[in-house]
Amino acid sequence: MSTSKWTVTFKVFRKKGEEVPHYDEFKLEVDPDEYVLDGVERIWAFHDRSLTYRHACHHSTCGACGMRVNGVEKLTCITPVRDVTHDGGVIRVEPLRNFTLVSDLAVDMGVMYTRMDKVGQRSVNSDAKEAYQSENRPAGPAESGVDFIRLSDCIECGLCISACPITASSPEYLGPAVLAGAHQHGIKGDEQVFRLADCEDGVWRCHSAFECTAVCPSFVDPGERIMDLRKQIIGEQFRRLFSGSNARKINTMEASK
Amino acid sequence: MTEISNQSPVSRAGKWFDPRARSINMIGFILNRITALGLTFYLFLHLIVLHQLAQGPAAYDGFLSMIHNPVFTFFEVLVVTAGFMHALNGIRIALNSFGVGIRYQKMLLVVLMGIAIIVSLVFAVHMFTV
Repeated sequence: MSTSKWTVTFKVFRKKGEEVPHYDEFKLEVDPDEYVLDGVERIWAFHDRSLTYRHACHHSTCGACGMRVNGVEKLTCITPVRDVTHDGGVIRVEPLRNFTLVSDLAVDMGVMYTRMDKVGQRSVNSDAKEAYQSENRPAGPAESGVDFIRLSDCIECGLCISACPITASSPEYLGPAVLAGAHQHGIKGDEQVFRLADCEDGVWRCHSAFECTAVCPSFVDPGERIMDLRKQIIGEQFRRLFSGSNARKINTMEASK
Repeated sequence: MTEISNQSPVSRAGKWFDPRARSINMIGFILNRITALGLTFYLFLHLIVLHQLAQGPAAYDGFLSMIHNPVFTFFEVLVVTAGFMHALNGIRIALNSFGVGIRYQKMLLVVLMGIAIIVSLVFAVHMFTV
């Protein structure tokens, strides 16, 4: 840890209710090795108790403290001040894009959690009632020596969705985290996930900007997963085309209506 | 599917164009979209030019002599550049979409855009000197 303090101006996005969005400035003495979230917490604790933001674990596990720091999506609990500014510099802190703003730096990520549920990723942050029932909770690794990928993988922080230029203009697009979840869940053997991924708001909406991969703090690499999902879908569609199983499935679905 | 943001479609329309603090891949995406829009606009202009043929050879020749100047040649060079950039970037995206070269997509973008600029410069020299 360094001993010299930096003077940094935190320029914090503010908006509550119908208020016009604006920025409040707070000049803080910080250790450059402190994290951006530490600064935000200090603002709340000593300068403005009305500041709203989300955080929980402080060690990049919960995914709650995602914000835009100087325009780039960051998990603020693991973003050192020295990485984003300099002594006498400014740190602009804004809420994530492409989510409904709740207040100040807090956004509503419910839609992402709901979509994660739909692609079979309901272990964390699920808002489905059945996910809270004990029989639906993961009991442990299926095989000994095999760890859950989920918790060491996507933390559902929403940074990828905020960074995605396609979600910015097409909110119906499932989004990188959800499609990465579909990739992890697998499309073979789950018709609902297959259909969600293989639609205009699924993998085909992605335009390969790879911003999701650039900002992901957990190295999930949603961009590569979406590309791989496309490859799997094309393969599956070819298989169905020549085996005729697609036609059979559609007939079965229509018959069951 | 429920909308993820409460912004209106009009305020969302230009959100894709924001290269600030973004990676080179985002530049590739923005380049591809801008060149696509530019080429689409040019297609309509081209159809208007071709429409001059319906007015007879004299009208068409007159129009061609009017646009034969450095300003229009510059815009023609832009069209050629946009064409090469969009085509080569499109090849990169198509390869990536089939799972080919994803790990090298940044390098692919730089190399292909470099080729597009070099070829466009060759075209520019040729178009301005002939």
